[in-house]
Amino acid sequence: MKRQRQRLDVGARIDRGQRLAFRFNGKSYEGFSGDTLASALVANGVRLVGRSFKFHRPRGIYSAGMEEPNALVQLGTGAASEPNLRATQVELFDGLEAASVNCWPSVNFDIWSLNDRVSSMLPAGFYYKTFMWPTGLWMRYERAIRAMAGMGRTAREADPDRYDQTNAHCDVLIAGGGPAGLMAALAAGRAGARVILADEQNEFGGRLLSEPEDGETIGGRLAVDWVADARAELAGMAEVRLLPRTTVFGYYDHNFIGLIERVTDHLGGAAPEHLPRQRMWRVRARQVVLATGAIERPLIFAENDRPGIMLAGAARAYLNRYGVQPGEKVLVFTNNDDAYRTALDLNAAGIVVPAVVDLRADPQGSLPARAREAGIEILAGHGVVGTKGRLRVTEARVAPVSDGAVAGPARTISCDAIAMSGGWNPAVHLFSQGQGKLRFEEARGVFLPGNTIQANRSAGACNGAFPLAVCLAEGTEVGALAAADAGFGAPVLALPETKEAEEAPMEVVWQVPSDRPPGKARAFVDFQNDVTTKDVKLAAREGYRSVEHFKRYTTTGMGTDQGKTSNINGVAILASALGEAIPAVGTTTFRPPYTPVSFGAFAGRELHEFYAPIRRTPIHAWHESHGAVFEDVGQWKRPRYYPRAGEGMHAAVRREAIAARSGIGILDASTLGKIDIQGADAAELLNRVYTNAWSKLEVGRCRYGLMLGEDGMVMDDGVTARLAEDHFLMSTTTGNAARVLAWLEEWTQTEWPDMKVHMASATEQWATVSISGPKARNLLAELTGDFDLSPDAFPFMSFREGIVAGVSARVFRISFTGELSFEVNVAARHGLAVWTACMTAGEKYGITPFGTEAMHLLRAEKGFIIVGQDTDGTVTPADLGMDWIVSKKKPDFLGKRSLSRADTLRSGRKRLVGLFTEDPKTVLDEGAQIVAEPRDRPPMKMIGHVTSSYFSPTLDRSIALALIEDGPDRMGQTLHASMPGRTVPVRVTEPVFFDPDGERMRG
Amino acid sequence: MLQIACPHCGPRDENEFSCGGEAHIARPKQPDAISDAEWADYLFMRTNPKGALAERWCHTVGCRRWFNVERDTVTHTILRVYAMGAPRGGGGGA
Ligand SMILES: [Zn+2]
Repeated sequence: MKRQRQRLDVGARIDRGQRLAFRFNGKSYEGFSGDTLASALVANGVRLVGRSFKFHRPRGIYSAGMEEPNALVQLGTGAASEPNLRATQVELFDGLEAASVNCWPSVNFDIWSLNDRVSSMLPAGFYYKTFMWPTGLWMRYERAIRAMAGMGRTAREADPDRYDQTNAHCDVLIAGGGPAGLMAALAAGRAGARVILADEQNEFGGRLLSEPEDGETIGGRLAVDWVADARAELAGMAEVRLLPRTTVFGYYDHNFIGLIERVTDHLGGAAPEHLPRQRMWRVRARQVVLATGAIERPLIFAENDRPGIMLAGAARAYLNRYGVQPGEKVLVFTNNDDAYRTALDLNAAGIVVPAVVDLRADPQGSLPARAREAGIEILAGHGVVGTKGRLRVTEARVAPVSDGAVAGPARTISCDAIAMSGGWNPAVHLFSQGQGKLRFEEARGVFLPGNTIQANRSAGACNGAFPLAVCLAEGTEVGALAAADAGFGAPVLALPETKEAEEAPMEVVWQVPSDRPPGKARAFVDFQNDVTTKDVKLAAREGYRSVEHFKRYTTTGMGTDQGKTSNINGVAILASALGEAIPAVGTTTFRPPYTPVSFGAFAGRELHEFYAPIRRTPIHAWHESHGAVFEDVGQWKRPRYYPRAGEGMHAAVRREAIAARSGIGILDASTLGKIDIQGADAAELLNRVYTNAWSKLEVGRCRYGLMLGEDGMVMDDGVTARLAEDHFLMSTTTGNAARVLAWLEEWTQTEWPDMKVHMASATEQWATVSISGPKARNLLAELTGDFDLSPDAFPFMSFREGIVAGVSARVFRISFTGELSFEVNVAARHGLAVWTACMTAGEKYGITPFGTEAMHLLRAEKGFIIVGQDTDGTVTPADLGMDWIVSKKKPDFLGKRSLSRADTLRSGRKRLVGLFTEDPKTVLDEGAQIVAEPRDRPPMKMIGHVTSSYFSPTLDRSIALALIEDGPDRMGQTLHASMPGRTVPVRVTEPVFFDPDGERMRG
Repeated sequence: MLQIACPHCGPRDENEFSCGGEAHIARPKQPDAISDAEWADYLFMRTNPKGALAERWCHTVGCRRWFNVERDTVTHTILRVYAMGAPRGGGGGA
C-alpha cells in the first residue's frame, strides 16, 4: 500500500518533515506532525473506523472536531489505556496505538452486526419494553447488553498518569480562540485586563485554520498569519494567559469555570517526567466571553450513515488544514452557501466534485456563482434520497425534491464521499450550562443565546454571527465591554478589514425526503446510538411529548458525544411529528462537561494517602512498633488490636479483654473529642445541650451526658468534667468531635448570642492514656504521689490534677470498660513518655495494651452504647432505656419537646435489648435482621436488627445488642436472627451482661 | 460553586462554608406550651420558595462565624449578606 495515499503533496498545517509511525486496529501507518489520528487515518485511506452502538453498522469519520460521533477509539494499552476518545481530537504522536471501541472480533467483521439484520425488532425504547419486566431480571439482561453494546474498556490497573489541579482568578475568561475569541482577547488585553484565553485545539484560530492558502484575509494578511500576529501580541502581554489544548468544560454558578488542559497527551512517550498528563483549572472570572463557535448540522437523509459521508466543513478541514483528500470523487450536498466553499476548495485541489446537490430551488449567491464559473454542476432543488456501498459509500441517488417530497425520478451519481451541510448550530452549550436562556430563530433554525443571569457575553458564531467580519466586530465589542465591566478602560483597537464572500440565505430542511418505501431505508439522526427518524416518530406516536423523556426513550444524544450533531435535528423532527413549533418542544438541558473529562483529572493529586487527612495520636509510633493492626475511625488511625505471633484477631481480642478484666489493660484514648468550654454561662450551655442537669455539678466532678438533636434523637454522648466554676472540659465520641463543636457554636451564635460562653477544640492538645482493670490503682500509685487515690478521696466520676510520671496531668476516674479506670490526660508532647512509663511500671501486673475491638467488647458486656453503632439517628433516650438521664425538672433543653411528640411516645418503636443466641458459640452478624416468625414467606415483617455482637470471654458465650420493636416487652421471648443461609434462634434479655450494679468500676 | 462574601473574611468559595438551612425560624420560647403541630412546624416545615430565600451560612473552614444570606434559588444570585439577628428586610418570601 502506498504510504499516505490520500495525502496532498503541498500546503496545509502539517510538517511533512516529521513522520510519525502509529498503529490502528493492529496495522501500522504513518502520519505527520500536525495530524490528528483522524486526519492521519483519512490520509491512509482508512474509512471504516468503528461500529455503531446498537446495530453495529460500519461507520466512518464524520467530523473533524469534538462533535465526532463515530470515530471513537481506545488509546494505548495496559494501565494507561483510555476508552472512547474521539480520533478527531487525538493529536498524532510517534508510537501511538489505537483501536476501534465498538466491534468484535474486528471492525471489518463484526459479529453483532446481526443486530442490523433484525433492526425492525430493535425500535426506540426496545431495552425498556423488553427487559424491564420482570424487574428482577433487568440486572441480568443489562450485563449481556453492556457486553454486546460495549463502549471501550477501562483499564483494570490503577491509572499510572499524574493529574494536576490549579486555581486561578481573572478579569475576563474567553472560551474559544477563533476570530471572535482572539479579537476579544486583544480588546480586553490591550485594556489591561487579566485575561485567560482557552481553546480546545492545539493552536488558536478556530475555523481560520481550515482556510486554503489563498483563502480569507484579515487586515490584508492571510488569515493564519493574522492569527499568528494576534497570538504573538497576546503572548507578549504580561496579564494574558494563553491556554491552547484546553477545553472549557463547565460553566458553573457565579462565573466559576472548569477547564481541562491536555498538557502532555500530544507527546506520547516523549512527555517529560515532570509534567502532569492533564491539568484541571478552576477559574473564578469576573467576566466571561463565550466565543465557542458553531457545530455543523448534518442533513438527515436516507442511508446517511455510510463511511465516506461527512460534514462539509470537516471535508474542508481535512483538505486545507491537514492536506488530505476526503475522497477522490466527493459529492457535495447542502441547503446553504457555505458548503460551496468546500466544493470550490476540493475542485481547486483537483478532486472531482461530481455535483453540488442543493435543496434550494434557486441558489443565486456569489458562492454558487463561483462554483458555476469553476465548472461544477449544481443540481438545484435536488436532494440525496439514498446511497449505496457497504464498507464505504459508492454512489448517491439524487432526485428533485420540493415541498418535502420527492418530485421526480432519481438518478445515480457515483462518488466515494459525500460532504454535506444542513447549516450551522451555534455552540450554546456553555452559555446554557451557565443558566442562560436560549431563544429560537426560525430563519436559520438555530438556538441562540438569549437572556443571561451571569456576567457573560457571547460573540461570533456561537452567537449566530457567522460572517467573518461580524465575528471580528462582535469579538472586539464584547472584549472591550467585558474589560470595562471588570474596571478597565477603553482599548485601542481598530477593526481589521475582511473580503469574505457574502452568503445568500439558507433553507432550513430537517429531513430530506426519500423515494424508498418507509421502513426500507433508514435515516439516522443519532449516529452513536443508532436513532433513526423512524424511532423519533415512534416516540412521538407513543406519547413522548417532553423532550427530556424523548431523549431518554430513544437515547438521542445519550452517547459520549452528548448529541453534538444530533440533538437539534432530533428535536426538530420530534416537533414536526408532534405538530408543534420547535421552541415549544425546546432543547434538552445542557450539562457539564462539554466534552468528556477523565476521572483522573477530577481526582487530581487527592489519591491514596492524600485522599483524606490522616490523624495519628502522639503514641502512634509505639503502636506501630508493637505490631498494632489499625482501623480508621473518622480520620484517625486507631489500634484495633495488637496480635502476638501466630495470633488472629479473635484470640488477640480475647487476651486483651481478659487482661483488662483481671489485671490492667491500657488504651490510647487520645482520639476522643475534647472541647474546652469557658465562661459565666458555661454550665447553662450544658444545661441546654444535654438532657441532664449541670448547674449543681461540683468542681472536680464529672458527669455523663446525652446530647439530642432538636428532633429528640440521640446525637452524641460523653463525659464532661467541671474544671472550675466557669470552666468545663467536654468529651465527645471520636468521630463526632467536629460536629459537636459546630453544634455548640451554631446555637450560641444563632439562637443564644447573649450567652457568655466560648468554646474551642482541645482534642489535639492532649494525649489520653486510659488504664483499666483491678490493678489500675496500684499502677497509678507508682506513677504519682500528688494525690490520694483511695476510693473515698478520689471517687468514681471525679478528676484530680497533679504530676503523673513526671509531667502535669489531669486524671479522670471514669470508665468505659466497666472496670476501675483512670484516664490520664497529659500535654500531647508527653503522651508517648507517659504511655511508656505505664508500660514499664505495669509490666509486673501484666499490663496489656488493648485496641478498639476489645474496648467495644468490654463496653458491650456492660451495655454501654456507642452512638452511631447502637443508634442511627432514629433512636431516643427512651428507646435506649436511658430515661434516667433525661431531666424531668429542666424546663427545656435541645430536643426535649420532641420527646413528647406522638411519634416518639408511641408503642412499637425499636428499643435496645440484649440477645443471647441459643447456641452460645454462635456470634450474630452485626446488622442481622430480626423476625418473630421465621416460617413466614417473604416479604416478612422485620422487627429489628442487631447493632453490636461479640463473643464475650468473660461470660464465655456470645452476646449481642439489638434494636427491636417493643424490645423490653419481649424479655425472655425467642426471636430469630437472619444469617446467611440460615436463621438463628435468639432469646431477648437485658442489655447489661456483666456487673449490672457497677461495683467494679466504682470500687 | 457559589462565591459568598463572608462579612468577616471577604469573598470565598462555597466549599469553605456550610449551609444551615432557612433563616429566621426562631426557636419557640416555651416549647412545652405549644402543640405537637406547632412544634413540628418549627422542626420540619420550610418555605422552599422559588426565588428569594433567606438562609443561614457558616464560614466553617474560615472564621467559623454564622451569618445570613439572601439567595435567589433560581439563579443562585446572592442578593444580600447580613448579620445574624438582623431583620430580613426587603425581598419576597416568608
Ligand atoms: Zn469568614
